[in-house]
Amino acid sequence: MKQLLLGFLMLSLVPWAAATNIEAYDFDSPQQERDYKELTTELRCLVCQNQDIADSNAELAQDMRHKVYRMLKQGKTKQEIVDFMVRRYGDFVRYKPPFDTRTLVLWVGPFLIFALAIFFMLRAISRARRREERAELSEEQINRAADLLEENPSKSTD
Amino acid sequence: MNKAVIPLAIFVALAGLFFYVLEQMGEGEYNPRDIPTEFIGRPAPAFTLTSLFDPGRQVRSADYQGRPWLLNVWGTWCPECWREHPYLLTLKARGIPIVGIDWRDTREEGQAMLQQNGNPFVAVGFDPDSQLAIDWGVYGAPETFLIDAKGIIRAKHKGALDERSWQEKFAKWFEEKQ
Repeated sequence: MKQLLLGFLMLSLVPWAAATNIEAYDFDSPQQERDYKELTTELRCLVCQNQDIADSNAELAQDMRHKVYRMLKQGKTKQEIVDFMVRRYGDFVRYKPPFDTRTLVLWVGPFLIFALAIFFMLRAISRARRREERAELSEEQINRAADLLEENPSKSTD
Repeated sequence: MNKAVIPLAIFVALAGLFFYVLEQMGEGEYNPRDIPTEFIGRPAPAFTLTSLFDPGRQVRSADYQGRPWLLNVWGTWCPECWREHPYLLTLKARGIPIVGIDWRDTREEGQAMLQQNGNPFVAVGFDPDSQLAIDWGVYGAPETFLIDAKGIIRAKHKGALDERSWQEKFAKWFEEKQ
């Protein structure tokens, strides 16, 4: 049991250890540092493709972070840096793909599917309700049914 | 009856799609990690790197204008590069000029590799911190670019180059020239 606990404790240290691999960079202004943080979380690591470059320990990600840093130091704007990376690695390098005709399905698709789901759900509900209404009997019908049951109760017991 | 067929049909269609994708991956026709190539038809980014063998010498893209040439990004840490190496030597024997880029390596290991196994390159640039790699949109090794006489990138191959991929993408650019 003790060993198990120790194991869990060690496991819990792993993400912390991974997070300490951040280079110490000096920035000219707090704004520049903010830009750096935003850019490195917006750019995808091409080696571990489900991580941004801020998060990744891959060597290429380190070098890309360094490149972002140097470009910021040179006074490049965020947009210029993103454009620079996209020109080299394509839109794939951005975690947030641009909204254009090629990515239309990507952006609109989920909402469309959601709208369709709502539509079909409402339709199914209204149908079920209509069926229920149809199943309801008028007073006259109920009386007739009662009469029939009373008239020949003996028949069923025969 | 009809309603029961619909989920079954969807299942069969999806299973078919997955098997198709797996098949393509198995044959090397499709790689989910591939990203679209951005460089074909664009001017090759200029570079100046120090030579792997001599830090005092420079390897510059400007020196290779006027004829088609290959740029091969490799590293001693990359198993596929070792596998590709003998093929690069046969290209050298055919007179194809290849500029090697030793990427994210140490000089000692890069030099030792070429001394032991032969050097297929007309020059080797040393790129320990991905200067050229990022500029050329490289994210894995080996990666080979073909630059034509006017300095335009005409073809690119990710992974080890072999005769098949050579014939498919590269050979024609050298035939036209001769």
